[in-house]
Amino acid sequence: MITIHEARRILTFNPARPAATHVAVRDGRILGAGRLEELAGWGDYRLDRTFADKVLMPGLVEGHSHVAEGVQWRFVYCGYFDRTDPDGKVWSGLKSIEEVVARLQQANAAASDPSLPLTGWALDPIYFDNRRMTRKDLDRVSTTRPIGIMHASGHIMNVNSKALELAGMLRRGINHPGIPLDDEGLPTGEMKGPEAMTPLGPHVGLDRGLLSADEPGLRAFARLCVRAGVTTAADLANLLPQPAVDMMLRVTAEQDFPARIVPLRIAREISPVELVDRVLELGRLSTDRLRLGKIKVVVDGSIQGFSARLKAPGYYNGAPNGLWYVAPEQLREILERSLVAGVQVHCHTNGDEATDLVLDMLELALRKHPSPNHRFTLQHCQLANAAQFRRMRALGMCVNLFPNHHFYWGDQHYALTVGPERAERMNACATALANGVPMAIHSDAPVTPLGPLFTAWCAVNRRTASGRVLGEHERISVADALRTITLGAAFTLGLDDEIGSIECGKRADFAVLEDDPTEIGGERLKDVRIWGTVLGGRIFPAADI
Amino acid sequence: MSSRLPATLIGGYLGAGKTTLVNALLRGADGRRLAVLVNDFGELPIDADLIEAREGNLLSISGGCICCSFGSDLIAAIMELRAADRPIDHLLIETSGVALPGTIAQSLQLIPDIDVNGIVVLADAESVRDRAADRYMGDTVLAQLAAADIIVLNKVDLISPEQISATTAWLKQTATRARVLPAQRANLPPELILTRQDEQTKGRFFASGHDTAQLATVGFEIDGNGDPEALAQALADASLHLLRVKGIVRDRHGALVAVHVMGRRASVEPAPRAVQSPGRLVCIGVAHEIDAKAVADAIAARPPYSAKLA
Ligand SMILES: [Zn+2]
Repeated sequence: MITIHEARRILTFNPARPAATHVAVRDGRILGAGRLEELAGWGDYRLDRTFADKVLMPGLVEGHSHVAEGVQWRFVYCGYFDRTDPDGKVWSGLKSIEEVVARLQQANAAASDPSLPLTGWALDPIYFDNRRMTRKDLDRVSTTRPIGIMHASGHIMNVNSKALELAGMLRRGINHPGIPLDDEGLPTGEMKGPEAMTPLGPHVGLDRGLLSADEPGLRAFARLCVRAGVTTAADLANLLPQPAVDMMLRVTAEQDFPARIVPLRIAREISPVELVDRVLELGRLSTDRLRLGKIKVVVDGSIQGFSARLKAPGYYNGAPNGLWYVAPEQLREILERSLVAGVQVHCHTNGDEATDLVLDMLELALRKHPSPNHRFTLQHCQLANAAQFRRMRALGMCVNLFPNHHFYWGDQHYALTVGPERAERMNACATALANGVPMAIHSDAPVTPLGPLFTAWCAVNRRTASGRVLGEHERISVADALRTITLGAAFTLGLDDEIGSIECGKRADFAVLEDDPTEIGGERLKDVRIWGTVLGGRIFPAADI
Repeated sequence: MSSRLPATLIGGYLGAGKTTLVNALLRGADGRRLAVLVNDFGELPIDADLIEAREGNLLSISGGCICCSFGSDLIAAIMELRAADRPIDHLLIETSGVALPGTIAQSLQLIPDIDVNGIVVLADAESVRDRAADRYMGDTVLAQLAAADIIVLNKVDLISPEQISATTAWLKQTATRARVLPAQRANLPPELILTRQDEQTKGRFFASGHDTAQLATVGFEIDGNGDPEALAQALADASLHLLRVKGIVRDRHGALVAVHVMGRRASVEPAPRAVQSPGRLVCIGVAHEIDAKAVADAIAARPPYSAKLA
């Protein structure tokens, strides 16, 4: 059965016919986009006018997110900016510690058992004139219930006295750089870095396995995708134990599951030989809506956590260089074995020294195993300079940059982490495109909210939360940004033959919009209203999801 | 159950011999139940003949020992291990080739009842200086060495005696607080690293291999109720050349406490509950450096403690 959808406008991203009014779909595939008369030639059809006043564009592709975004919403949202939950409820941003405490007090009153933990997330005190939250603030919420609030960065957690007590840390004499002490010599309740946070985690409802999603988390994540116009999303780091894979296969196969998920196996706990074998095995399990068979390697840490590896002259505030999470020999072995096996590798590099290491190791690996079309991708790659983009191009690499950082932490990067000059060239989208590096841009949800149109707005405007334009010359056009969040991201996932544009033979994946992103203007790109999505011809209105 | 658990960190760059040392310690465990936590990309690095069973990433090893990998989260792995209530006498943590053992030791303080006995860092005698000058890994390698209580200069049979002394001198400059021990196949006697409740106080020699250090122990019976912190500090003094001191003494209130010294690191912890013994200390050092009389004098300089050769 053929369905022809009529729309106000269809942005196809097929240069041969960039705009159309109708798109014909059969068995979840696009027969073509054009005028009704042209499409009628395919045979008997049903005309669907649901989208007659909507704008269709290719389903948006998020090339770097984490299904954990769907898990976080079980906790109390404590962020500074308004954010939409999987049910579509908009949680207002909290503008002071008082407001955070008040929302937690509400949640505390609503919860029954006074000993169960209360968990919050997305706190960002850099917006509170840098007044730090302390355990005493949270003790006003409860002294019987352990409370833990994760910061937006994921690198810091605030806890109350009860949580410290349960972890055996409400004591004097603690000497740890991640645990500031108050006048009484007791922890202030701010726990910085994974080592300081982990002992508290189990007491405040944050268990270790939580970031690899469970079934409700996966379902919630897919609903967030619909609200963001996303039809395909990468889950960029998952250990992918078999029970989790079985669960994902089962859930994504359900008729009404509304997203295509691309989970990457993180390089951890097993040797490169076992890793590549496992990922080949996973690849054979792939279905349309669950694409397995790729590797993620974490090379360094984060810039705002000062754990990214920077080339000289290092951090602007003089902090010592960051941490390596993989040795060159290990990285090279993973890259070589993956090239030989035809497995794609995505490498997390935040600092430019980490990026250099990947470029060096891949160059050596490619000399040994020349491999056309490998599409190995640098993820984040926030500090890359022009020379590094030229090398990426020469080596056949892709890049997935992180422009959302400018909005959320750009002012901090300017003032503290990397200083004005490098802050202005961070996430150098224009340089990447000028050098012909295949590019995606991402949210790293839950670090920042899932929303490719917002990410596109960030790349087009490069505006920080305080309104500063951070690197005028690295802004890209709306057309480039829209192509990047569709075909660009699809290319980095090796799916550009199937998705990313609306043309004959591709999957019928659409973002359904109320506004035309090519007409609304770059300044307002983030305000484009999203009606829902179409995935493989199945229609998912956000209002019913 | 929550008895105190001694822990030793074993660090060093890839290929320096961490795995060899871990296997040697497992072979020399002699009834001690070791838990080995490994953080690396790799097969669990245990010799096949030692493995009794494998369950996921947990290996059961002969003699009641176990080994598991901890991915990225050591603290959580230790908390899980403790929660599982397994009988463990000593925790060995083999850190990844790029990890900083000093930072990890600091974080271990955050887990109740874990006592870091020391940090052993292995250095490949052939390549350590090149590694320390490496564009990418140099600062990491130097930070690893600087955190060591004992540096095992491993594979010295592959370099000349002149190179051994030059590299040893360089290491001493680079890692000022560490003791440097040459070795061939990371062949340290387990007594240097592991502890046990019924520590042997009889003096012994460990011939740890051709061209490598001959180690010796001296044991003392300790009388008196004194300040164990001051005693431990005195034994960590560089002039005594001790690599390791372990034992039980009484504090001012007459309670038994465990004293640990590794190189410059000294610590005092409550004694394991089961211990019922008179005060005793075992000191290990390089055979030609250890001076029993000087050690006894150092102990007597912290009255009311006094020492008698066992
Ligand atoms: Zn990520």
